[in-house]
Amino acid sequence: MEEMLKAQELSKTFKLSKKQQKLEKTTTKTKTAVDRLSFSAYRGEVFGLLGPNGAGKTTTLRMLATLIRPDTGDAVIEGSSIITDPNGVRSKIAFLTSELKLEEFFTPDYLFDFFSELHGVAPAERDERKRRLFGRFGISDFAGVKVANLSTGMKQKVSLVISMVHDPQTIIFDEPTNGLDVITARVVTDFLQELKAEGRTIIVSTHIFSLIEKICDRVGIIVSGKMAVCDTLENLTAEKSLEDKFFDIYAEMEGKVL
Amino acid sequence: MITIMKKEFARFFGDKRMVFSTVLLPGLMIYVLYSFMGSAIADQFMTAADHVYEIHTVNLPDSLASLKSQQDLEVIEADLADVEPLKSQIEAQETELLVVFPEGFDEKVAAYDSLTSQETAPLVEIYYNSVFTESGTAYDTVCGILEQYETSMANKFDVNADAAKRYDMATEREMTGQFFSMLLPMLLMSFLFSACLSIAPESIAGEKERGTIATLLVTPVKRSELATGKILSLSVIGLLGGVSSFIGTMLAIPKMLGGAAGGSMDAGVYGGMDYVMTLLVILSTVLVIIGVISILSGFAKSVKEAGALATPLMIIVMVVGVMSMFGDGAPSATYLYLIPFYNSVQCLNGIFSFSALPVNLAVTIGCNIAYTMIMAALLAKIFDSEKIMYI
Ligand SMILES: Nc1ncnc2c1ncn2[C@@H]1O[C@H](COP(=O)(O)OP(=O)(O)O)[C@@H](O)[C@H]1O
Ligand SMILES: [Mg+2]
Repeated sequence: MEEMLKAQELSKTFKLSKKQQKLEKTTTKTKTAVDRLSFSAYRGEVFGLLGPNGAGKTTTLRMLATLIRPDTGDAVIEGSSIITDPNGVRSKIAFLTSELKLEEFFTPDYLFDFFSELHGVAPAERDERKRRLFGRFGISDFAGVKVANLSTGMKQKVSLVISMVHDPQTIIFDEPTNGLDVITARVVTDFLQELKAEGRTIIVSTHIFSLIEKICDRVGIIVSGKMAVCDTLENLTAEKSLEDKFFDIYAEMEGKVL
Repeated sequence: MITIMKKEFARFFGDKRMVFSTVLLPGLMIYVLYSFMGSAIADQFMTAADHVYEIHTVNLPDSLASLKSQQDLEVIEADLADVEPLKSQIEAQETELLVVFPEGFDEKVAAYDSLTSQETAPLVEIYYNSVFTESGTAYDTVCGILEQYETSMANKFDVNADAAKRYDMATEREMTGQFFSMLLPMLLMSFLFSACLSIAPESIAGEKERGTIATLLVTPVKRSELATGKILSLSVIGLLGGVSSFIGTMLAIPKMLGGAAGGSMDAGVYGGMDYVMTLLVILSTVLVIIGVISILSGFAKSVKEAGALATPLMIIVMVVGVMSMFGDGAPSATYLYLIPFYNSVQCLNGIFSFSALPVNLAVTIGCNIAYTMIMAALLAKIFDSEKIMYI
C-alpha cells in the first residue's frame, strides 16, 4: 500500500478571545482543538475522520490543506510537507468545505479557466478536462450562467468540479454532505467513490455514521482533538454497529478526560 | 499575478453597474452638479443683460440729467412727498431705486470747498434693497455714475486710467496656476480616495467576508502575487474613477466661474510635461491609497468595517489637502516629500503652480512606490495569517 498522506503528532491550540470564552462557557484562555493527532491514508482508499461537533475535525483538515499551521507535528502529502512546502501541498490536493465559496459573479466556465491558470494547467489539458467534468455533472448547459443564478445543488457541483481542475490525487473533504439535499448528497458520494476507483486518496470528515459506513475503508475516531481509534471499517464494525462502537469509545474517552 | 489581475478586471469591467457607479457616475455627477451650481449662482447674483432699472429721483440736478439718457435706466422724477411711499415700495421690492438730491444741488456743490468749508458736504441719499438683486445692481450703477461725476469735478490725478494698458503684471498663466494649485490638489486627493474606497474594501474585505478568498488560498498561488495583483488592478480601477471625477471637475470649472472669470482660467496653460507629471504623481498616490485601504480591509471582518476603518484616514487626507489651499505654495525641503499623502498634495500644488522641483517629484514617486511595495508585502503576510483570515 502506497502511503499518500502521513500526519504526525499534529496539534493546534487556539487562543480564545473574551467572546469565544463566553461562547464555549470556559474561563481558560486557550483551547486545544487538535491534540497530537497521527494517522496515514493510502492510495485508493477513503479515510474517514469521525467525531462529534467540536472534536477538531475541521481544524485537522485545515492544517492538512495548509490554511492554518499546526503548533507541533507535521504532515506529508505525496512527499510535500505542509510545513516546509505548503505550495507543493496546495498543488497536489483538492480541499473542499462548505466555507470555501466561489465568486458568485463569474460563470462556471470562467472559474474553471481561472483556477486552471492558478494551478498552471495547460489550455489543451484544461479544455479536455472541463468538457469531461462539466459533462459528468451536467454543468455544460449552465457553463455560461453566473454562479449567483445557479441552484444550491448546482453550485455544489461546480465547487466540486473547480476543485478538480488540476487533477489532484488527494482529495480532502470536510463534511461532504452537510447542508445538501439528498440528490446532491448522492451525487457527491457517488463521485467520491468514482475518484476512489480511479486510485485517488480521499479524506473526509463527518459526524454522520451512515456516511462513514457507506464510503470509508478506514476510520479514525476523534474525540476532543485526540485520535481514539484508527482502524479499518471492517474491524471496527466486526462485533457491533459503528454507532454502538463509537459510543463505547466515546464513553471510555470522556470518562478518562472528566 | 497576471491571472489575478485579469480576474479583478473581469470582475470589475464585467459588471456594468459597477463600472457605471464607480467610474462614470462620479465624473458625471460632479460635472452636472458643479455646472448647475455655477448657473444657479449666476441666476442668483446677476440680472438679465437687457434689464431696465426703474429709478426715482427727487430734485434731479441739471448736471446729472445725463442719467436720463442712460440706456438701462428709466428715470422717473418725483417730489419730496413721494419719498416715504417710494421707500416702502422699495422695501416691498416693487420698485428699484430712489435717489434724493438736496435742493439746489449744483449750487451747493459749486460753493462747497472741502478744505475751508465749515459745513458738511451736500448729501445725496440713495435708497435701495440689497436682497432684491435688481435694486442692488441699480444702486451700484448709480453710485458709479455719481462717483465718476465727483472725480471729474476735482480731478488732480488718475490711477491706472489707461484701459489699453496692462497694470497687473501677473500673467494669465500665473493666475491660472495660483487658482488651480489651490483648488485641484485637494479635489484630486478626495476624488481618488473616494474612488479607491468604493472598490478596495469590496475586493478584499468582501472576498474575505464571502469566503471566496480562502478558495484562492488553497491554490498554489503565491500570497505575494495575490497581494500585488490585487493592489495593482485595484489601483488601475481607482485611477479610472479618480480621473473621471477629475475630468468632470475640469469641464465644470469654467461653467462654475461664469463667463468673465472663467475666460482667464484656461487649463491650456499647462503643457504635456505637466500632465505627464500629474499623471505619474496621482498614479503613485493611488497605489499608496489602495495599499493602505487594502491593509485596513485585510484586517476588517466585513466591507462595512473596512469602510469604517478607512474613514479617519480619508479625513486626514482631506485635511492635508485643505491645508495646502492655505499654505504659501509647495515647500522645497526634500525630506518633507517622504511623508505619504502630504507629498502628493504638495507635488500637485507645485505642478499646478509651475514650481515643482524635479527632485521632490522623484522622491515622492519613489517613496510612494516603495511604500506600496512594503504594503504589498504586508498584505501578503495578512493573507498568510490564519489569525486574521479565519476568525
Ligand atoms: N479559530 C478558532 N479560534 C478559537 N477556537 C477555535 C477556532 N477554530 C476552532 N476552534 C475550536 O476548536 C474546537 C474544534 O473545532 P473544529 O475543528 O471546528 O471541530 P469539528 O470540525 O470537529 O466540529 C472547537 O471547540 C472550536 O470551538
Ligand atoms: Mg467541522
